[in-house]
Amino acid sequence: MVKRVIRFYVDGFRSMASWSRTLWIIILLKLFILFFIFKLIFFKDTLNTKYDTDRERSEHVIEQITK
Amino acid sequence: MVENIDLSLVDWSRGQFALTAMFHWIFVPLTLGLGYIVAIMETIYVKTGNPEWKRITKFWMNLFGINFAIGVATGIILEFQFGTNWSNYSWFVGDIFGAPLAIEGIMAFFMESTFIAVMFFGWDKVSRKFHLTSSWLTAIGANLSALWILVANAWMQNPVGMRFNPETARNEMENFWEVLFSPTAVNKFLHTTTSGFVLASIFVVGISAWFLLHKRDQMFAKKSIVVGSIFGLIATFMVIFTGDGAAKDIAKHQPMKLASMEGLYQGETGAPLMIYGFFSGSDEERLKEPKEDNFAFNIPVPGMLSFLANGDFDSYVPGIRDMLYGNDEHNILSFEERIKRGHVAQQTLKEFKDAEKNGNTTKYNSLKAKFNDKEWLNTYMKYFGYGTYYDPDPQKLKANVLELVPPVTIAFHSFHIMVGLGTLFVLVFLLLLFYTMKNKIEDTRWLLWVALWSIPLAYLAQQTGWLVAEVGRQPWVIQDMMNTRMAVSQIGTGAVQTTFWLFAITFVGLAIAEVKIMLTQIKKGPKEGGQ
Repeated sequence: MVKRVIRFYVDGFRSMASWSRTLWIIILLKLFILFFIFKLIFFKDTLNTKYDTDRERSEHVIEQITK
Repeated sequence: MVENIDLSLVDWSRGQFALTAMFHWIFVPLTLGLGYIVAIMETIYVKTGNPEWKRITKFWMNLFGINFAIGVATGIILEFQFGTNWSNYSWFVGDIFGAPLAIEGIMAFFMESTFIAVMFFGWDKVSRKFHLTSSWLTAIGANLSALWILVANAWMQNPVGMRFNPETARNEMENFWEVLFSPTAVNKFLHTTTSGFVLASIFVVGISAWFLLHKRDQMFAKKSIVVGSIFGLIATFMVIFTGDGAAKDIAKHQPMKLASMEGLYQGETGAPLMIYGFFSGSDEERLKEPKEDNFAFNIPVPGMLSFLANGDFDSYVPGIRDMLYGNDEHNILSFEERIKRGHVAQQTLKEFKDAEKNGNTTKYNSLKAKFNDKEWLNTYMKYFGYGTYYDPDPQKLKANVLELVPPVTIAFHSFHIMVGLGTLFVLVFLLLLFYTMKNKIEDTRWLLWVALWSIPLAYLAQQTGWLVAEVGRQPWVIQDMMNTRMAVSQIGTGAVQTTFWLFAITFVGLAIAEVKIMLTQIKKGPKEGGQ
């Protein structure tokens, strides 16, 4: 069963038209930009980076939303 | 207070979120609707066994695949932004936002990735019925993915089924079903997805019109027009029906949004609905200098807004001023009073945290009890977000009240453009069906041009619909609980500006790729594209 499923996907990718391959290149490039450039470099979780405990995080948020 | 907040940071963060959401929303509605149209076409193929329908199905399926591939994962960036740019908000909403988004991620991954593979790789490898089932499940899966994010958005417009925990400063879900089945969530999901069906139908009839204008693949184009027009007509009536439900819900939970959508400054019994209009003066001028008539030009339909809001032509609809300054006759609390009550709630939370820090158990327990007292919650906590606009100086407090009005001009025009285009699409579908049935469609070139040019208009309708929903609810991120200023993370404005432009470049690149690949496939036509 697993072999048949794997073969199904392998055959599908092999018989793709050239424009479909271009789409896959775009998808992979996009995922690389999103997860390895944007997420790792620019989008760090602000509260998790700055504070170690949930208690500190909640204190920070309360300070921010009540100032 | 308000003056402590860096507005440029708030504006850039909002701009960045809006850019991402609006770009993401270019792809989503087509996926939502085209999935069903493809499934319907394939059903006709399976029922009739006519290979012409297989060719038609494959052509539109390829366009569905291109749109899906380019658009997939663009929404992930919104989730990155929650943690980085809107960390106060992310913390405050707690598991209410997290649970639906997690379900969405899992469902989207398993349903779409499995059945899309069968859709594209499975022709001649699996049975016709299994392939057809996969096409339907892909369409249903895409729409179910949209359900969860729309439920989360609906909760922000009408927060229900939760309880605020003062110890963690987070909202905790108390009733999942109340969140899922709140009228706001049901209307939002149905209105948004069916509007996607309309866009996809316009896309199908518009491209089919292009083939007829070029005298190519005429039978394919006519058959596509019939399916697209019938599906589009049904979807448009669903949009109108759910839009009516959404308007009544907005009237109940977001009356300021409704008043802004209609430019209603002073409440009225038998309030009119504007067919269209142009304001005199700017939003600020109209707020600061009250006038009898705020329009330079308008076409009103008497009583229609009252009917839209309450199902009664003679009912009262509050205007912007009624909400800002209160209206005793109609039991409307002024925003100034709401700000004072919100301030009390915010100060109570602050004192509660101080008591916890200082180990003052008696005060801690007495303040904690307030957060469990229904009357206190309804009197003060309900207006928590308004407290940000508090100022001990009465003059400054009065001035701050005006900041609670959304950009009226944007909300008004977006709403009317959306409704106007929806009405136009009904006519387009009806006329296309009429002339196709009369077998005169290829000679009615003006209508074919209208259908073709309706494609950008359908995208405009989608974006303006999103503007009504999101700009109309400003300044709230969570209605009455948290405004954009409270929600934003204190990070450098420069960092937000950098990512804004990086996104803009990435998105433009993806949009160019989408249009280029799609146009190439469309020009090849159903013969080549369908093989």
